[in-house]
Amino acid sequence: MLALVVSHLLVALVLSLVSMRHSRAIYPVAALPPTAALCWALAHADSVLAGSPPVTRMNWSATLGLEFAFRLDTLALVMTLLVSGIGVLVLLYCRWYFGTPSGDAKRSASLLLAFAGVMFGLVLADDLLTLYVFWELTTICSFLLVGQSGVSRESRRASLQALLVTTLGGLVMLLGFIVLGESSGTYRISELAADPPDGAAVAVATGLILVGAFTKSAQVPFHNWLPAAMVAPTPISAYLHAASMVKAGVFLVARLTPVLSEVSYLPVVTAVFGLVTMFLGGWRALREHDLKLLLAYGTVSQLGFLMVLAGSGSYTGELALAGMLLAHGAFKATLFLVIGIVDHQTGTRDIRELSGLGRRMPWVTSVAVLAAMSMAGVPPTIGFVAKEAAFETYLGTGAVAAVEAGIVAGSVLTVAYTARLLFGCFASKRGAVPTEAHPVPAGMLLPPAVTALACLVLGVAYPLTDELAATYAERAAGSSGEYHLGLWHGFNQPLVFSAVTLFAGLTLAAHNARLNLLRSRLPRPLDAQRGYERIMGSLERLAVGVTGRVQVGSLPTYLGIILLAVLVVPGSVLLMRVTPIEQLRWWDNVLQLPLALVILVAAAGVVRATRRITAVLLVGVIGYGIGGMFIVGGGPDLALTQFLVETLTLIAFVLVLRRLPARFTETPSARRVRLPKVLVSLAGGVFVGFAALIFSSARDTPSRVSAEYLEHAEEGTSATNVVNAIIVDFRAFDTVGELSVLAVTATGVASLVLSSRSARRRKHARSDWRQLSATARPTAGEHGERGSA
Amino acid sequence: MNTVNLTMAVVLGGLYATGFYLLLQRSLMRVLLGIVILGHGANLLLQLAGGSQAGRPPMLGDVPIGQMADPLPQAMALTAIVITFALTTFLLALAYRAWQLLGHDEVQDDVEDRRIRRLEAELAHADEETEQELDSEATR
Repeated sequence: MLALVVSHLLVALVLSLVSMRHSRAIYPVAALPPTAALCWALAHADSVLAGSPPVTRMNWSATLGLEFAFRLDTLALVMTLLVSGIGVLVLLYCRWYFGTPSGDAKRSASLLLAFAGVMFGLVLADDLLTLYVFWELTTICSFLLVGQSGVSRESRRASLQALLVTTLGGLVMLLGFIVLGESSGTYRISELAADPPDGAAVAVATGLILVGAFTKSAQVPFHNWLPAAMVAPTPISAYLHAASMVKAGVFLVARLTPVLSEVSYLPVVTAVFGLVTMFLGGWRALREHDLKLLLAYGTVSQLGFLMVLAGSGSYTGELALAGMLLAHGAFKATLFLVIGIVDHQTGTRDIRELSGLGRRMPWVTSVAVLAAMSMAGVPPTIGFVAKEAAFETYLGTGAVAAVEAGIVAGSVLTVAYTARLLFGCFASKRGAVPTEAHPVPAGMLLPPAVTALACLVLGVAYPLTDELAATYAERAAGSSGEYHLGLWHGFNQPLVFSAVTLFAGLTLAAHNARLNLLRSRLPRPLDAQRGYERIMGSLERLAVGVTGRVQVGSLPTYLGIILLAVLVVPGSVLLMRVTPIEQLRWWDNVLQLPLALVILVAAAGVVRATRRITAVLLVGVIGYGIGGMFIVGGGPDLALTQFLVETLTLIAFVLVLRRLPARFTETPSARRVRLPKVLVSLAGGVFVGFAALIFSSARDTPSRVSAEYLEHAEEGTSATNVVNAIIVDFRAFDTVGELSVLAVTATGVASLVLSSRSARRRKHARSDWRQLSATARPTAGEHGERGSA
Repeated sequence: MNTVNLTMAVVLGGLYATGFYLLLQRSLMRVLLGIVILGHGANLLLQLAGGSQAGRPPMLGDVPIGQMADPLPQAMALTAIVITFALTTFLLALAYRAWQLLGHDEVQDDVEDRRIRRLEAELAHADEETEQELDSEATR
């Protein structure tokens, strides 16, 4: 199984490399891996239905307990039929859809194939973390496919919205997975399902996982990314945003229903959110004029329906889910592909502009009608069969009846927007000019024809469908029931509901124009898209606000904050830990006193100095004072170095000061903040003084390293000056490092100084040349005049 | 026995305070002087850390080892002095170059950050307008 998944990705990689030349021929090649996956799944169908699913496991990080686990069970088989089956057809369709060799065509082939691969991996995954990895990979594929080349602002926004919303859900879901996996001790889904965990942690995990499922399957209030994603080319919308990827959320809930069978609120939450989504999607679909948007809201509505069924956890509910998954995949893919054809051949997909296509494209129309029948639930299609099962699920009283009413209402809307779609796309409208259309190539019509036929065949050959669906439902619900998918169950309540739905839906469609007028007057207090934009807007505002306040861009402020942090954190620790200062005394050597006085006075002078040269000279005084301190403290080598370096520094400063203005520039704003600066600096100084006292007092044993140096200096290096021995012998490598620092600095200084000198020289040269040319030009003019004369 | 005496603690405090204050200034030259003074303070601290009481040079043969100053911090301070010198000259060259290119040696606010602050102010100003715009869009 892993090999099949990887082969998708490898072929996609190869295609992206060779697609530069043969942009049309690559689509049939890209269809090969999904075909192989489909054949492989069908070949194993018998053993899957018999209850012995093929399993692959690969431990790729044994120490962390991470593995790739794949398992082809009934649900995975159903989803593979959708993912790979529709994948093959969509890829073949793309060959016609992306006519001219465009950048989109080249990119889309390999991306679509990669998407088919990760989606295949997602439905097979038997490990929560494996599932998560493929889940996010589908999100990334979706982002790239919606965004396309990223040229148009609309597609950038749509793809970003899809990415942000689904990734947000994905991350929350990952958290849920971890809570679930850690609390129950395993991440293997089949093991979890065999022994459903219980407890508060699982209840929390369920909530988190549902967020992921709801964002991916575009449930209210996360639904808006799906219609926005319709900016993608139609085959991509058909595949990702109708037939496969958006079903991942529903699939996840169905996958985890047996695992979370102890969580009592799961069916309630999925029913509530699902019904609201179903109704809202259908309602919005009745208002759209763009056929694709109409279908997108239809998809949202259907996903809500599927979510209700997936969470039900009952045998009949899961039976209906399996039927509905197949039905929705088939009819929605068909309709999207048909709309793609219409858009491609006429150049528009606006209901208000299309007219008379039914007569111009009879075959396309019949394909669309077949799929629409399935969508509306007209016998003998699979849509009807599955919807009957759904109506059967919620026969009852109380809350169950409320769900039933919700499903019926949603289905009425479904019928209504189906009628609106068919009429709007193909009917001849009064007073409208029939739309011009190019003839439809047979190859382009073939894929939707196959899926449309599937709508019919799955319904007519219901025993076959039932075998698949019933096997899944029994395993998912853990019990078997009386009900089976079928076209005829006698005169019963579901049949009545189906008839009512059809009748009411058609009536609603007939009066839709008046309804829309009414709807436009209704206030819209809540709008998901506006909410999303507001949230994004305020996030950006917050980012600007935080950055504006934190990154003020002023170096003194930053340094002041760092200094304050030093004072607050180590400073408070220093104050709280009362370490006794031992042997407190004023001085060790009387000479320290005058030196200290000189240094402090010079330091005060530097602060007050307004002339640069004064400040520099006073710093020199400090430096020599420090040298004196070194001598008193027993460091003649240090003192020698200090005097030498101080002298050199002074010379360097004086060389530069020659060119700088004599006084420091004073800005008026600097005067205002002088006091806080003084206070912070003084506090810093006090902190260092105290720290020096306390730290040096805390040390109780002399350095062992120094003792060893003192001991071995004479015999090891035959030097009596131990400091010298350390620098040139014991720690000679450090000295080499120090030398290289000097070399680097010297290079830097030289380049800075020399570059300014060469710039000056260039400037001179340029002005020389300008003078030259200024004198030369008049002569050239004279020549010219003479020539013309 | 190694505690720094009070005079030296005051000198250290004074040097660091001066260094910090100069570091907080706008003039690059003052900042540079601040770094130099901080360097002096740090070197002094290093040497004092070895113990200021036994103040004889670590030269073998002159005095018993017990009375010698600790050679290791001295070696470190020596290295530090040289590195500080390197740093100083490099910063000096930078300050010089900055003055040549810009005509002053002020450390100015980051342009990009200033732009962000301006944007923030504009956004705060425009917030109410956007609010109205969104409302009118929703009722459309």
